Order: sequence, then C-alpha cells, then structure tokens
Amino acid sequence: MASFKSTKIPIYPKLGEKVTPDTLYWKNYKAPVQIKEFGAVTSIDFSSLAPHNYAVTASTRIHIYGPFSTEPVKTFTRFKDTAYSGKFRSDGQLLVAGCEDSMVRLFDVSGKVALRVFKGHTKGVHVTDFTSDCYHILTGSDDYTCRLWDIPNSTELTSYKEHTDYIRCGITSKLNRDIFITGSYDHTLRMFDARVEKSVMTMDHSQPVESVLLYPSEGLLVSAGGRYVKVWDLLKGGQPLVSLKNHHKTVTCLSLSSNGQRLLSASLDRHVKIYNTTNYKVVHNFDYAASILSLALAPDDESIVVGMTNGVLSIKHRKSPEEKREMAGKQRMQPVYRIFVKGRNYVPKKDDFLVSKPVKSHLAKYDKQLKKFNISKALDTALESWRRNRKPEITVAVMKELDRRGTLKNALAGRDEQNLSQLLNFLIGNVVDPRFTPVLVTATEMILDIYQAVVGQSSVVDRQLVRLQELVEREVDYQQDLLEVLGMLDTLFAASLPRKEVPCPGSSRSNGLAEGSLGAPGPQLKAA
Amino acid sequence: MVEHAEIRMVHRGGSKINFREPVITNDSRFLLCAAGESVNVYSTSTEEYVHDLQGHTDLVTGVVLNPSNHLQVYSCSADGTVRLWDFTDAILIKTFIIGYPIYSIYVSEKHGGVVFLVVPMADYKSSELFQLVAVHLPHSGDQEVEARELSAVLCDVSPHAGAASFGREGEYIASVKGLQLEVFFFKKQKSYRFSLKSGMKKGAKNAFTCVSCHPKEDCIATGHEDGKIRMWRNFNQKKEYTYSTLHWHHGAVNTLCFTPEGTNLLSGGIESVLVHWHYTQENQKDFLPRLGAAITHIAVSPDGSLFSTSHSDNKITIIQSCVKVSAVIQGLVKGDGVWTNLIIDPRSKALVLNGKPGHLQFYSLHRDKQLYNLEIVQQEYIHEEGLDQFEVVNAAFDARGNWLATVEERRKKGAELEITLKLWAYDELTQSFVLNTTVTAPHEDQITAMFFSPSPETTMLVTTSLDGHFKAWLLADHSDANEGFWACDFVGGYHLLKPGCCSFSADGSLLSVGFQEVVTVWSPASWELLTTLSQPPGAIRDLCFGRLSCSKYLLGASTKNQLCCWNLLTCSLEWSTPMDVSLLQADPLSENMAAFCSQSGSSDLFVFKPSEPRPLYSQKALCTGKVQHAVFAPRDQMLESCEERTQWLNRSQLYFFTQHMDLLTFSTKTEEDRLLASSKQLMVDDSVAVTPFYLLLGKHRGQQLEKQEALTNPMAERTQLPQGSIAIKELLHTPAHVLPSASFLCAMFVRSLLISSSSARASLGCILCQRSSHWMEMEALVVHTTKKQVSLPVMWS
Repeated sequence: MASFKSTKIPIYPKLGEKVTPDTLYWKNYKAPVQIKEFGAVTSIDFSSLAPHNYAVTASTRIHIYGPFSTEPVKTFTRFKDTAYSGKFRSDGQLLVAGCEDSMVRLFDVSGKVALRVFKGHTKGVHVTDFTSDCYHILTGSDDYTCRLWDIPNSTELTSYKEHTDYIRCGITSKLNRDIFITGSYDHTLRMFDARVEKSVMTMDHSQPVESVLLYPSEGLLVSAGGRYVKVWDLLKGGQPLVSLKNHHKTVTCLSLSSNGQRLLSASLDRHVKIYNTTNYKVVHNFDYAASILSLALAPDDESIVVGMTNGVLSIKHRKSPEEKREMAGKQRMQPVYRIFVKGRNYVPKKDDFLVSKPVKSHLAKYDKQLKKFNISKALDTALESWRRNRKPEITVAVMKELDRRGTLKNALAGRDEQNLSQLLNFLIGNVVDPRFTPVLVTATEMILDIYQAVVGQSSVVDRQLVRLQELVEREVDYQQDLLEVLGMLDTLFAASLPRKEVPCPGSSRSNGLAEGSLGAPGPQLKAA
Repeated sequence: MVEHAEIRMVHRGGSKINFREPVITNDSRFLLCAAGESVNVYSTSTEEYVHDLQGHTDLVTGVVLNPSNHLQVYSCSADGTVRLWDFTDAILIKTFIIGYPIYSIYVSEKHGGVVFLVVPMADYKSSELFQLVAVHLPHSGDQEVEARELSAVLCDVSPHAGAASFGREGEYIASVKGLQLEVFFFKKQKSYRFSLKSGMKKGAKNAFTCVSCHPKEDCIATGHEDGKIRMWRNFNQKKEYTYSTLHWHHGAVNTLCFTPEGTNLLSGGIESVLVHWHYTQENQKDFLPRLGAAITHIAVSPDGSLFSTSHSDNKITIIQSCVKVSAVIQGLVKGDGVWTNLIIDPRSKALVLNGKPGHLQFYSLHRDKQLYNLEIVQQEYIHEEGLDQFEVVNAAFDARGNWLATVEERRKKGAELEITLKLWAYDELTQSFVLNTTVTAPHEDQITAMFFSPSPETTMLVTTSLDGHFKAWLLADHSDANEGFWACDFVGGYHLLKPGCCSFSADGSLLSVGFQEVVTVWSPASWELLTTLSQPPGAIRDLCFGRLSCSKYLLGASTKNQLCCWNLLTCSLEWSTPMDVSLLQADPLSENMAAFCSQSGSSDLFVFKPSEPRPLYSQKALCTGKVQHAVFAPRDQMLESCEERTQWLNRSQLYFFTQHMDLLTFSTKTEEDRLLASSKQLMVDDSVAVTPFYLLLGKHRGQQLEKQEALTNPMAERTQLPQGSIAIKELLHTPAHVLPSASFLCAMFVRSLLISSSSARASLGCILCQRSSHWMEMEALVVHTTKKQVSLPVMWS
C-alpha cells in the first residue's frame, strides 16, 4: 500500500542574474542618500585622512562632505568660473582645483582663501593632481598643454605641449614623483617623465579619452573614452591588453575598489559597471537616474559616491554588520534545543522491547484535503491570502492538480462574491506570468464559463472582469509585437548566415544510385 | 518457404495471473492461481514462485480446492477438461474429459463428487449463451476419465467468475446475469428469479456484476455497475423478498467476498480500495486504500487469516487480517498499451517497459519475475475512468546503464500537450535510479524518438519531436555543484519537416534523423549536416545503423513498403527491397537485423545482415496483427550452434509482443533441452518453500560444504552424486501412494548409484544397498548415508 503522494510544487528557476559573491557584496549597500548640487558634479575625490571626507566639485564651488553628513562641512567658493577637479593631497591637508578661468588654486583644507594661485594656462584647467612627493602639482588644460608647478615657489617647472586637443584627464604615479600620464581628446594617452623633455610613451585609445586610472602596482593603465574601456600594459611599452565595450554611451569615469580586485566604470548611459580585474567580466551593475559624470569609492568600499549631470550627488553607504544581524533576527524562532531533540537520542537498552512506529509523513493542509477529495476546501486553502501573495506557485500547483483530477471546474464553482473576487484578483495578478499561464488560462476559461450567468450582478466582480479583459488584450498585443520582432530577427539571421550547400545525392532519382559526377564527399566514417 | 523445425516460437512468461480468482490453501502456505495454460503455486509468506501445475492445453479458467481433500485442487480449462492435482508435489492425479470448453468451476462441500461448470449451451454453439451444469465425477482408477453426464442446473448464466455462488451449506446456488438474480434451491429443485429495473432514467445502473452468499445465513450480496451493493434476504419465495443497499463505491463493484465466518463482507472495484463491511453493523466499514490498481478478484483463505486481492495490473496482493499488505506477487504488467519500446537495461539485463500507470517495470526475462517498479510520474494516481493521466511514453538507457531518460505526457481534450522529460542517474548505493533533472515542456509537440549516444566519452541524449526539431541534451559539468544537470545543447531542424525517428551509429560518431522522406546524417561532434539521403516516395519510419563489420550501412524503412540500405562511404543506395516493415531492430551484439513485416493481417519476420540482402532466417505468418514491439536480449551464456539458420540466436534472443500482448520468443531445440533439464532439477529442490532464510542459509551451507571438502580432501571428487541424489530425493519426497512398486524402484535406485560412483564412500553405499533386500531397510540406509554426508562438515569444523 503506497502512501499518499503530495502535490508537487515545481521549483522555478530564479529569473534574472545569478547570485554570486559579487552580487551579494555589491547589493550590501543601503538606499542612496541624494544631495542636490548647483550644477553637474564633475569630480569627486576622497581624502586619504582618517574620517575620509570627500571633495565634490560642482559648478563654481567645491563642497567637502564628511562621511555621514548630508550638509557640507566646508565650502570653497572663491572661483570666478566653473571649478574643475578638486583634489586632496595624499596627507589630506591641501586641496587643488582648476577653473574655467585658467587659474589653478591651492587651498588649505581648514582655510578659506587660496594659498597659492598658479597662473600660466591660457584656457580652462580640467586636470589637477599632486605628485607623489607632495611638492609639485600637475595640471592639464584646454590649451593643449600640461604643466608641472612647484608649490613652495608657485612657479612653473615644465610645460609639455604634445597633445593636439583638450586634455581632460591625467594621473600622477604614486610610486615615482616624476611620472605622470595624461589623456586628451586627440585620442592619445601620453606618459611623461619630468626629467625628460618629451613624452616617454604614447598610446592610441582611438576615442577622446575621458578618464585614466593606474593600478596600485602601476603596471597596468586603464583608460576610458567613447564607449570603450581599455587596459594597457605599461611594462610592455603600452601594449593594449583588453578593450571592454559594455556601455552604450561615453564612459566618463573610472575607479578601483579598495582591494584592487574590481574595476568600476561610470557612463553617460546611467550605469555603473563593475568588472572582475582578472577576467574583465562584468560582475555587477548599478543603475542611476541620470547620466553619470563622476564616481568615487571610499576606502574599504564603505560608500559609493556618484555625481550626475543633473547635479544630484548620490551616496550609498555599506550596511553595517549590526543591521545585518537585525535582519536575521526577524526570522522565526527555532524550538528550544531540549524540546527539539527530545527522545531522539535515546538508545534502547538491553531488555527493552522495541516497538517500531511507522514514520508519519507530514502533509500540507491542502494535501490533506486533497487526500480526502475535499476539492473546494483544498482550493480555498491554496487561495489563502499569504499563500496567494507570497507563494503563487503553490496555488497554481493545486489548481493544476485539481485540473489533472478533472475536478477543477467543480472546485471553482459555487463561490460567493467575495470568494470570486479573491479568485479574480489572483488571476489578474498572475495570468500573464509565463510560468503560470498554461494552468491559469484554463482556470480563467472555466470561471468565465461558470459565472457568465451572474455577470452584471456585482459591480466589484464586473470591474475585475473588465480589468482582466484589458490585461489579456494587452498581453496578446505584446506577444504579437514580440513575434514580429522575432520574425525580423529571423530574416536578419538568415541573411547574414553563409549558405552551405548540403550534398544530396540522387534525391531526384528513383533508384537513388548516386553518380560519380555528383562528387559528393562522403562523410568520414570511423569504423568501429 | 523453408521449414524451420529447429526454431520454435514459445511463450516466455508474462502470463496473466489476475485472470481468475486465486485460491489460498487450507494451511495458508500456498496461493494457487490460473496463469495462462498452467496453474502457478506461490508461497504466501515469501511471495516466491514455487512450481506450476502443467498439463492443460488451453487457457485455465478456474481453480478450486477439492472440498473433500484439502490437499487437492480442481482446475478447469477452455480445452474441455477438469483436472485434479496434488498441488504440494505438482502431480496430476486425474483428468476428467468434459468435451466442452469450460468457463468457470464451482464446488460445494455438500455436493461431494460433483462439480458445477459453466459451459456453452449445446444447441447454441455459436451464440454467447452459457449454462451451469452439474457433473458427477466418476470414480475410476484410470488417469483419464470421460465424464459426459451433464445435468443442467441453470440456463443462461454469465460466464464470468464470481457471477455465481453457493449459499449456506450448499443448499442453493445464486447466479446473476444482466438485471436478473436467479436462486436455485437443490432440495426443492426450484429456482426463483428476481429482476431489477434498468434504472437508466435515474442515472442508476442496476446491472449485476458479481454475487456472494453468506456462509452461515440466508443472505446474498450482489454488486452492481453503479457501485451499489444489495443484500438480499428472504428470497425463498417470489413475493416477500427484501433487499437493503450499501453504497460506497463510485465505480462498478468488481468483486464481493464474505469471510468464512460471515462476519465481514469484502468488496473491491476500480478505486483500488479494499472495503471491509461489517455484516451486523452495515454502516460501519474499514478501508485499505491505494492498493495500486483496480481490484478484480478477492479471495479469502479458509481460516480467514489471509485475504488476497487480484488487480488489473497483473498483481496479486496478500493481505494479513485486513490491515497489512504482507506480500505482493507481481507478474508482467500488460496494460492496454506499451508506449515505450521494449528496452533492455544494460545493468540488470532486465526488460523495461510500461508497468503500472506512471511506472516503468523492470522484468527479468530469465527468471520470469518482475524485479521492481520505478515510479516516473510521482503523482497521486486517481483511479477514475475517463481521466487523462500522465503516461510514460518514451524511455532510453545509456550504454552503461548509468542514465535513464523518460518522457511522460498527458494529452488533455482540446488543450495543449503536457510533456516532461526526466533524467535519472543510477545510484550505486541504493541500486536504483534517482531523479536528476526534470525538463518541463522540452518540446512543443510529441516526442517521437529518444536515444543516448553510445560513445563512451560524452553522455548525450537526442530527442526528436513533431514540432519539427530535434534537440541534443548534454550533461553540464558543474564542479561547484555536487552533481551536474542536463541542459539543451543543440536544436536542429531540416526545412521545417517533422522528424520521426533517429539513430546513432555504433561508435556515436554519426547521428541520422529521418525527416519524413529525407534522412539527414549529422556529426554530433560539430553539429554539421554531413549529408542527406532520400528515397521517395514514403516517409521514413525506422532507421538503423549497421554494426561491427556492417557499420558502413544505414538502413531505413519507409511507409511506402520499402526497405532501403545506404552505403555511407559512397552515400549511395546499396540495395532496396519492397516490404512493409513495421519494425526494424538491430542486435547489439552482432551484425544481424530483424525486420517485422505486416502482410495481409499477419506478421512475417526476416533476419538478415545489412551487407547482403538475403535473409538468414525468415518466418512467415508469425502471428496475426502487427508486431509493434521487439527487442534483442543478450543471453547469459552463448549458444554454440553452428547451423546457419539458428546461428543468429547464439548471442541474443529476440523477444516480441504480439497484438494481443503475448510475449513471445524464439527458441532452439538444444536450448529447450537444457531448460528442461534445469527445471527438473529445480522442481525437486523447490518442494520446500523458498524462504529468504532458506536461501541465505542453504546457500551458505553448500558453500561451506564445498570449502570444507576442498580443504580436507582436495583430490577427492565431490561427494554429492548429482544423479543419485535426485533419485534419492525423488524417492523420499514423492508420496507413497503414487510410487511404483518397491522392487522396481530399488533396481533403478541402485543403478543410479553405480553409474556415478567412483569414490570409496559411494561404492560402500552401493554394496550396502545391494545386500539389503527389504525396502524399509534400504530407505533407512539411504537416510543414514545422506545424513552422514551432511553431518560430515559439522564434525570437521
């Protein structure tokens, strides 16, 4: 005598991306804090000093925010035109910024007035940076030149005029005080050595370069321009390593996660993509509301700060471990250990008489009712609100089981207004779900069949029926559109594939004997 | 046409054991049931087959215990004889020749020496009218007795078993047919008829299906088609009879049975629930649900301790005191259709086909026993007529038996088809198949063929479907997960034609798919279409690659009566012949192919090699109807036949199903001789019920014996004298009344010892035996010597 077999609830594959350690890591951020700036946020830079304040350059101001503040802790407003590229020195004491009015200003973080003003560029300065010895400043400008300045004397040390278009990005080496790299709209990246008169290395990005980034080891260089992110091997003389094309608009900013294992790229297409730096596959993706101009990560990835063209600064903070624990605590309490193991670890003694009790298998409530052929009750149980909302697959599986037993119609019939509207609500919610459509369409047909006589008696049910009709009509239109697209794609594929002639010997001949002149090459047959 | 006297077509097992009500012996040790042309004896405690009673030449239609001797049993058959058997030793005692085909048999204790038989009415030979007759069995010493004195008791009775029953102390007999219950009183020699209205208007179906009489009281229980049970009382008059109604079954009541004391009434029907009504409190009832399939017969042992239910899936269940199923005797399930082809499991060499609904059965051909059922659908089976159930329609094993693929489908009226593809991995630990992957809706339409690639490197499955595609499924390697799962690797098609069949070459390097009229040949390594072959007109029905030396040939059978053989090296047609091939089957161990052709209502068989279009063996008019399923099963031992015509049977045996679901095979003379010899040897051994304990210990004993001998006396030959011991056992176990005279036996016995004796001990026995002249003395000696042989190892150890 076999035991009752419970209704099988199919396990549907989770749609969307798979859960990887990366998605778990990058999903572990709180909802973003949004701050409205005066203009497009062009640059964000984190201070390497302990509270890790960050400087946000937007319009004619530079705001400095604390790690958890939504109000700026400090503001620099002494710019006559749009400010660019506010950057902290590695000791966090000084801040340098370029400006559209071609002047470069150096501030003390605690002061208000510029300590130094470097004049010499003839056009707006978009790039500023400190060298690794902290005594010089690198600037790049729209006058096609990049220059090195001495901070104590505020004098220009060298000027390189090799680029043939605007210089919009640059970075200094953290290991060598003389080496820096600039990227320009003339599609090239140039590496300079301050001890040498000319550039020492040139790489062709073939798109206007928007951002450059050096790996902590400084063996690899990453550049972004156009839709491409390219990685160059500096130790091999600037050989291109990979070219990534994952955005569909210009990539504007690059950043490395703090352990250097992941590379982030932000783009005007409103996405931030995260790459694994070993295989350069996209492991995660963030969506934002507007085109992104700047992106920065706090040390240890504590927060992700993104600046957008509409002037919104979005800050995501990592969830703290306490909050995580709070979430876990919400789960149901397990029974106490003592009760849980009660009598389970009892070992029968020598003279004990052992009575084996058949193990009773637990059945769900709807299964118990199905076992007794209480079909309407089983359907009621399956339609209970939490089950209906949380686990529609159970409701659908019970419906399918009833259909298999040929009793779905009986179970659906004889319901009052409230019950029926509940049922219709469920259908409206799930009938277009491709996982459930085959079962629910039959159920819908049956319901319409059974209750067509009472249409017009209840306004609630009528409204739901109209909604259901609209839903189905919309779905049919949608499917139609999809089919059309599929047809178009098929034609495209068919046209693009090379046509291969398949030898077909003697298909037209009645005796099927192939002539030698057909010249069909026989298949290679491996003799057994 | 050549005559083949040496190759014979034989029934090989799989007979119906649920055809008639089984009989449980008085001591409840054995269960006897009619199985085809013989009566099988099973042990009730171990469900093992003990032996069979062979002798009838047609279907056995009834088995009853002899009421005057509980060690004997009557059996009746459609061959027109009633036979009396001693079932413990499988000895035919007497044969009574009646002369008419018999449909059922009834006996009663009160009517000693009389059996009641259902035979066709003499004057209506052709029509479907039957009568119940009483036959006085003559007392005579002869083995074969003619008993032609028939006295009619009732006319126009139903030929079904269970449609008649003896009442209290055999005073009356009740019989039902259609809408009428007829009770015949032997004392008054008068019968009463009670009719029911058809009741069709009210939705009731009042036709009788079965009847059972209370053994102690005047009460008749009748079952009806609408599931009602009526209890008739006061029926010894025409007017004032009464009946009460019990109703639980929703389908027809198939069978009814009172327990021997009359305290309970058992009933069963399509619901596969054994219902247990309390006679005195009729509204109380117990149930034994989910017995697996519709109940067709119920039998109760004479002491009431055991019940047995026969089921429509060729199964007999033995139930202890109405609560516990203690044993299940399962024959080959032959449902209304075998959708899967016959397959041989590479591991167990068992025949695999559809079993119970939603199951695959593994059936051992060598032992004629079902090994186990594998549940495929894994859903609660609802026993109800007219319900669309999931059915297993396709199954395939990979070459080593590690993977099993099954397809189940359910076609709803007017709705879309539900198909599920399941892949099962063999688990060494549990020795069974474990579900690995379930693919819902693998194709949009019916799956027509499914095969695993035979190449050992890749595990690949190919399915072809009527939706115009064939799909290749591969086992995805997943190092991080503990086990891999199957995923679709390739979808192929050819000009939107519907593929009907596919076949892999023996080494798995080529795949051929038949797209209606066109055969496409693909390379599974690169999924490149290598070539197409076609031979219009007629769609390709069956494809088969040659094997071994003929691996360059591809055979295809088309619907328009053509069998074609292509040479794959030249891509040209080698030969073709006009025949309507219904089934093409390749022998996995040789080059041979078997083609079943249907011609004018009967089937022919041709066995040939693809290299030469001349049949090795052919048999016309094999059976009526089309042969749909056949398989080559590898033999345990190879036969050493050199004759050209029987050579094809050396390595494997061809089994096939006829239209009437009879499992047939071909056997040669030498093989039959060998089988006969082995069965003789077995028969004596099995007179003791084979319990698991016996199997365990008896085997162990034998091994120990051999080991001991090998240790102590390596040069000595086996002390067991194979022929002598059989003779001894035969002497000891056969009842004395059937033995010939002692003087005749003694000479034979001594001779048997002389022939095989070479060791000292045996000759000693001979001398001893020769000296003794008295029978009893000799028996004592024999017992002594055999005892000594057995006790020796004990002494040594």
